[in-house]
Amino acid sequence: MLDVRLVDAPFDPADELTRFTARVPDAGGVVSFVGKVRADRGVEALDIRHYPPMTLPGFCALGETALRRWRLDGLLIVHRIGEMAPGAPIVLVAGGARHRREAFAATDFVMDHLKGESWLWKRERTAAGWRWIEPRAQDHADRARWG
Amino acid sequence: MTARLVFLGRLEDLAGAPERSVAPGPLEQVLAGLPRDLAVSLLEPNVRIALNGRLLTDSGGITLGAGDELAFLPPVSGG
Repeated sequence: MLDVRLVDAPFDPADELTRFTARVPDAGGVVSFVGKVRADRGVEALDIRHYPPMTLPGFCALGETALRRWRLDGLLIVHRIGEMAPGAPIVLVAGGARHRREAFAATDFVMDHLKGESWLWKRERTAAGWRWIEPRAQDHADRARWG
Repeated sequence: MTARLVFLGRLEDLAGAPERSVAPGPLEQVLAGLPRDLAVSLLEPNVRIALNGRLLTDSGGITLGAGDELAFLPPVSGG
């Protein structure tokens, strides 16, 4: 089971996780990761833009890759687009599997690839105005871990 | 009927709008009709190009037809 969504309004990771867990009744474990807007460096808002013909299809392809690589009962990817405030959830990734290591690994894998390969552009607002966020070298290093 | 250019990320700021309608034709001709600094930015080597949602490996020889959408994708942001 693969559930991949881009959402343009706030979402509640706890609610999503409850629903996801109910959909993988045979899983022995569910691992989840929630990414939030960091409340530091004077950031007042984060804006995430996407390109509809490519962004969601790319997420779905990543999910399919994870499902092929690990034995999962289900995989959930929910990603915000639009403008959000510090502390707001940006992304939820959850994997359910018979055994915990598969769920941990798949969730970690999806996050590393989401961070560096998604067709998403982010800008943040501080007192100085909006500023586009450039790629980070660390994201490439994170992906390289997976070979 | 026109073709459409789509500008993502910082390119939207440079273009002053998220998209722009242009007359169909060879890409060089389309770019020649844009402000020079915008055209130069669109051709930077780290800007990827997608035609109708499909990533192109080479921007040479593109001709835009009526209804085509050409997107300019600057490097994506990290987390």
